[in-house]
Amino acid sequence: MKPWLDLDWRLPRLRRDALAVWRRNFLVWQRIIGPALVLNFGEPLIYLLGLGLGLGAFVGEVGGLPYLAFLASGIVASSAMVTVSYEGMYSVYTRMVPQKTYDALLATPLDIDDILAGEMLWCASKGVISAAAILLVAAALGVVGGFGALWALPVVFLVGLAFAGPAMAMSAVAGNYDFFNYYFVLVVTPMFMLCGVFYPLDTLPAGVQSLAQWLPLTHAVALIRPLVLGLPSSDVLLHLGVLFAYALGFYLLAVALVRRRLIV
Amino acid sequence: MIHNEAIPVVRAQGLRKCFGRRVAVDGIDFCIPRGLCFGFLGPNGAGKTTTLRMLMGLSPKDGGELTVLGLPVPERARETRARVGLVPQADTLDPDFTVAENLRVYAGYFRIPRAAIDARIDELLAFANLSDRRDARVETLSGGMKRRLTIARALVNDPEIVILDEPTTGLDPQVRHVIWGRLAELRARGVTLILTTHYMEEAERLCDTLVVMDQGRILDQGSPSELVARHVEPEVVELRGAPDEALLARLGGMDARIERHGSSVYVYTQDAAPLLAHLGAVHGRAILHRPSGLEDVFLRLTGRELRE
Repeated sequence: MKPWLDLDWRLPRLRRDALAVWRRNFLVWQRIIGPALVLNFGEPLIYLLGLGLGLGAFVGEVGGLPYLAFLASGIVASSAMVTVSYEGMYSVYTRMVPQKTYDALLATPLDIDDILAGEMLWCASKGVISAAAILLVAAALGVVGGFGALWALPVVFLVGLAFAGPAMAMSAVAGNYDFFNYYFVLVVTPMFMLCGVFYPLDTLPAGVQSLAQWLPLTHAVALIRPLVLGLPSSDVLLHLGVLFAYALGFYLLAVALVRRRLIV
Repeated sequence: MIHNEAIPVVRAQGLRKCFGRRVAVDGIDFCIPRGLCFGFLGPNGAGKTTTLRMLMGLSPKDGGELTVLGLPVPERARETRARVGLVPQADTLDPDFTVAENLRVYAGYFRIPRAAIDARIDELLAFANLSDRRDARVETLSGGMKRRLTIARALVNDPEIVILDEPTTGLDPQVRHVIWGRLAELRARGVTLILTTHYMEEAERLCDTLVVMDQGRILDQGSPSELVARHVEPEVVELRGAPDEALLARLGGMDARIERHGSSVYVYTQDAAPLLAHLGAVHGRAILHRPSGLEDVFLRLTGRELRE
């Protein structure tokens, strides 16, 4: 493998061609809308009912909030992470390698810049779909703070972009599907546990808390929870900034890595 | 659009590509005139596909100059790709879509207006003889249908050049003839065809001009008949089975050139009649008398057989 400095780091150009890639993925998604929505609604419903009501009965309040409200608002963020990570790895890899969709795209005026920008927008869109499903379920359970909760969706879109970049970078270097286990076990699952989805950050040891400050899900939860529950937000620019940085940095890395893989 | 016939659609000078220490394309020069069918003939590993990838701007060159439609590639490959169609060697059709959807979605990548797409799709499906399969899923198509759909897909942007990488490899003979017919029609419409092949018959039938490639180099170029006239005698008698040394010595004395490859002996000559008359007296041999062709040119140029 070439050293990382040897990659083609030329800045990608963003053009509306990316939307053609988004549209292709959207058309495919329409075909499988049934199973896709079962996953989007079914999973959070089970989590919220099982953990929120079942565990919530023991826990009572967390951080001054009913546990179901605390959990639901956290899961809006974490499910965006999980949905986007699946799409950015299994689906992107399928299109890039076995299905050769990218080879077909690269015979058109599209470049890798456009393809990955389109993929990233699509991943984020799927994150929004899953977050919207959870918001609906949470609203039905009576824990959403009002229509202001809809402001969480554009934030989820940004969260989706922040998680799509790293996932696509993993796809770019993956040799097979099993490779993604590393990322899920070493990155996604720890974030799930450490970033304030199930319990407040301040219950963690100080060292772990400062580590968590570097993780995108922490900032996603910090933005989304108050929006969903109708509570005041703090440090909004910091959180947005971290998510933007992840989205941008990993988009650039993914473009460079996919160039190395496909433009040979 | 008005095109200057004299300007070649592709011009390569000293084009070079390495993968690590292996030289895949070793400083080749060629010019592809507009409106013709231009072939790259050579065995697997000759550098044909790498050359095509460089033409598409998908493989950065390590040396030399390359222009496609007058524009430098890869620098301006986005613009050239808008005016080129590619039929890749491997199937890259979208399995999630039907036949017609494959064309419609692909047209979207070229920013073809929606209104123009539907009429175009009907036309392309008719051309590819797939009108009755328009709503079929791609995975239900046979290999030949998939290849025809891939050719139709390469035409969605009404390209000036269509590049085909081994267009009939892996297809059965009838299907191959159907594809050749479609390609001949495209050429008759004035589309420039650039193809790679390791089939002699394909090169002989389709190509106006071709280059013979081996190990990253161009050994010679010209029309199939020019290449044959330049390198080999017009007739060849092929003797199969263990050679009879005494017989070969006699044939050698009859103004013939003898080459041995594998289990066959090839006797090249200006006029095979006396040779055949002599061989007629010899029994128990498989003899094949034929006009010489590109296969023989390749043998002569490389000392190796091209067919697999």
